[in-house]
Amino acid sequence: MNRRKARHLAIFRWTVLAIMAAFFLLPIAAMVEFATRGVGANAPRTLASFTAILSYPDLMGAIAASLELAAITALGALLLLLPTMIWIRLRVPGVARLVEVLCLAPLTIPAIVLVVGLAPIYQWININVSDSILTLALVYVILVLPFAYRALDLGLSGMDLRTLSEAARNLGAGWPTVMARVVVPNMWSAVLNACLLSVAVVLGEFTIANLLNFENLQVAISLLGRANAGVSIAVAVASLGFVFVLLVLLSFVGGRRTRTFRVM
Amino acid sequence: MAALVNPEKSLAGRPIQGGLRLPLPWLGTVPFLGYVALFLVLPAAIVVAGAFAGDHGPTLANLAALTQPYIVQSFVNSVVLSAASASIGAVAGAVLAYAVASGDPRGPVRRLVTAGCGVLSQFGGVTLAFAFIATIGGEGFITLWLQHHGINIYANGVWLYQLSGLTLVYAYFQIPLMVIVFLPALDSIRPQWREATASLGGASWHYWRYVAGPILAPAFLGCALLLFANAFSAYATAAALINQGGIIVPLQISNALSSEVGLAQANVASALALGMVLVVAAVTGLYTVLQRRTARWLP
Repeated sequence: MNRRKARHLAIFRWTVLAIMAAFFLLPIAAMVEFATRGVGANAPRTLASFTAILSYPDLMGAIAASLELAAITALGALLLLLPTMIWIRLRVPGVARLVEVLCLAPLTIPAIVLVVGLAPIYQWININVSDSILTLALVYVILVLPFAYRALDLGLSGMDLRTLSEAARNLGAGWPTVMARVVVPNMWSAVLNACLLSVAVVLGEFTIANLLNFENLQVAISLLGRANAGVSIAVAVASLGFVFVLLVLLSFVGGRRTRTFRVM
Repeated sequence: MAALVNPEKSLAGRPIQGGLRLPLPWLGTVPFLGYVALFLVLPAAIVVAGAFAGDHGPTLANLAALTQPYIVQSFVNSVVLSAASASIGAVAGAVLAYAVASGDPRGPVRRLVTAGCGVLSQFGGVTLAFAFIATIGGEGFITLWLQHHGINIYANGVWLYQLSGLTLVYAYFQIPLMVIVFLPALDSIRPQWREATASLGGASWHYWRYVAGPILAPAFLGCALLLFANAFSAYATAAALINQGGIIVPLQISNALSSEVGLAQANVASALALGMVLVVAAVTGLYTVLQRRTARWLP
């Protein structure tokens, strides 16, 4: 009786897992299949779509812009958030709750809603400051706040911040020295975690760039999709692979990843 | 010798409050709060203000515009899409979560599935749309393979670029999200409850109907609501899949924003966005209530 039950459960489990695996792996496999198709029926597999990426200057420009945005955003979020979080823990714990709510707020405001309010702000910035695509980093810092906050919060709670900073201060260190040479080296993995998550978010961002008329990686892929499906899917595969490598790196960095971000 | 008494060194011996001598410690939070005010709070305020702004002072005309049939239709479509993809995601996700939870808690299957779900739940936008176009689009892998075997999945029209297609594509990130949020609830079901049911003479059905079911129900509904909000606010996937028209609210917003008509449309976009936020807020509120009910039995 019990053995039969156990066998039923095992059959049920493996059936479910097999169906799900098929559902989730097929589209990715199909993408690879599509990107390596040759021209014409029975044409051999080819990597032409991948090498063709180089021959689209707009696309290359968008890739470069997205990578720059990713770097600026990760650094900006870190510079904005880390000193604030350390300062709050040490001196003004009263505002900790407020900062947490603000940091997690971008998760509850859909990007498509945020962009409606950003449109006039960016109109002003593009006229009066700069119309470079890199200005997107200003709002991307907001988008990555929830992930950077969670990663850094985990790192900060893993150390005795007060003792460390008081010891450093007693030895004559100023606040910048405390942060750069005492706190950060003690939470490298959390800092790296925050950076990698930020990079992953920025490389996948479409909504805001598209509606503010900037051509970042995802917008370029989407535009190219109408002209040359093969190449655009090749870029999609490549960027997916890149993000996957980032996430694998992330799991090696240690420090368990905190929950999930929402899909745009 | 004079170097030994430079002012920086002499500060070192003082108590920590002596440091930078900022007038108030909270000044240190000003850069962060200022930044967030400028790029998060201000846009939100602009949306709310824009919804009530007209050419000649405050007006309700933008909200009245929401009652136009095509906008009402887009709200209905959005709700249908979100409800359908949330239901599919919740049921399939719960089944997958159960398949995982009933196995070895430290086994490789579980680690693989949870890691995979973590990645896939964030997978959306252009790449996801293209993945499905490559799979079941007109020239897709499966479409061609089935055609080869005499089956035409688009005999009744190309449904991939319609609401039913979107539902299927959304399931791709809804199911993994459900696994992530529902697995903790399944994990906190104690095996003793099942044994207790059995020792009282209850069969498997009794256990699910009178014990596990009622305990898991609020958690399940709460997770389904989360999925609903997730689908309701998604834009990128639909935009990449559907080039023309505005069958759902996010696409309507982007149409209103990028149309050439000008400012009046921007205010309609604000009104639409406000409507969207209200729906999401209501759903999230309900979710919080259900979370509290869940907490009564499950830690």
